[in-house]
Amino acid sequence: MANQTDTQAVAQKPPREKLFSKKNIRVLTEPLSDNNPITFQVLGICSALAVTVQMNTALVMSLAVTFVMTMSNVTISVLRRHIPSKIRIITELAVIASLVIIVDEVLKAYLYDISKQLSVFVGLIITNCIIMGRAEAFALQNKVWPSFLDGLGNALGYSWILLVIAFGREVLGSGTLLGFQVIPEFLYQAGYENMGLMVLSPGAFILLGLLVWIQRTANKTVGE
Amino acid sequence: MLEHYLSLFVKAVFVENILLAFFLGMCSFLAVSKRVETAVGLGMAVIFVLTITVPANWTISNFLLKDGAMAWLGFPEVDLSFLNFVTFIATIAAMVQLVEMVIDRFSPKLYAALGIFLPLIAVNCAILGSSLFMVEREYTVAESAVFGFGSGVGFFLAIVAMASIRTKIRYSNVPNGLKGLGITMLITGLMSMAFMIFSGIQL
Repeated sequence: MANQTDTQAVAQKPPREKLFSKKNIRVLTEPLSDNNPITFQVLGICSALAVTVQMNTALVMSLAVTFVMTMSNVTISVLRRHIPSKIRIITELAVIASLVIIVDEVLKAYLYDISKQLSVFVGLIITNCIIMGRAEAFALQNKVWPSFLDGLGNALGYSWILLVIAFGREVLGSGTLLGFQVIPEFLYQAGYENMGLMVLSPGAFILLGLLVWIQRTANKTVGE
Repeated sequence: MLEHYLSLFVKAVFVENILLAFFLGMCSFLAVSKRVETAVGLGMAVIFVLTITVPANWTISNFLLKDGAMAWLGFPEVDLSFLNFVTFIATIAAMVQLVEMVIDRFSPKLYAALGIFLPLIAVNCAILGSSLFMVEREYTVAESAVFGFGSGVGFFLAIVAMASIRTKIRYSNVPNGLKGLGITMLITGLMSMAFMIFSGIQL
């Protein structure tokens, strides 16, 4: 996944060096594997686990987070010289909360069923630590364009973990993918059963634990 | 009547544990569960903040924001419920500030131990999540207080248990890639399985 995006970013490289300089590309691609927000920075786990019972909720959640994260990074980066450092946290929260309200209203208007399934977790994007963390750690010190890339990169890094977990949980737990049956009928007749555990919360914890293990071993990173 | 509240409390602590069943508050759960003392401190702070903020947000929601809630002011058609998120987070941030000042005044030791994590309670999903659940499930004010307290106790139990397990784990030989987050997630999965046993309980 990381390699794919890498080549894509290189392929789209426009003649103007400045926009996609090496540094900017690193800002965009680092969160995808080496510095992934979920598996390495350990941020934003709550929503990653809660919305991954099905692929479609995970997909909508990823899109929502991508929108909120890039927009909040851009907004805060634009405002970075005007935010007094003492009240910066509440300012960041206000920006993020306003963006989340937009997402929530849009979801209620166009994807009502999914918005019902996501229930409180749309609102909880506000307290998603990744968004606060990136605003605090990156957008406050950097120009608009790198902040945009940083937001996008982290959101994509978050999204692919979310989708992988959702994939595992939906296929193993309900035998479906985006609502379509993928486990053939004859397997059920041969005695195959869906793993009920995957639909419940322990399945999510265990899958994420295994995913972290695989990824850290592949990247040869040692945990704390 | 009392039984109803007791059942709600047990449900919030064990069956629908805010952390192990709804995954809320994972960030601070993972960050602060390395030592038992700090875990206890954070757990207490979360219980305290939750018990205050959920009823506080209930009051705001039911007298100002809900559809038709402003009838007592003479605006029966006004529906401000889209402001829920902003108002709740502001209330929570204010309460956390208050708790911070109180702890600083009465227990400087606990204040020093909690350090950076106290302001982080403001962005702890468990706190905002409980308020949002309270709105979604249409609790009464008494129910919301019991629910807030129960969720806090549930969080406290989970984080203290986790901290105790992690202090033991220091002496075991965990594979390199699994150290830190990996093994913690697996243990949380097992804990969450254990808490699921309570799901049949009806009071």
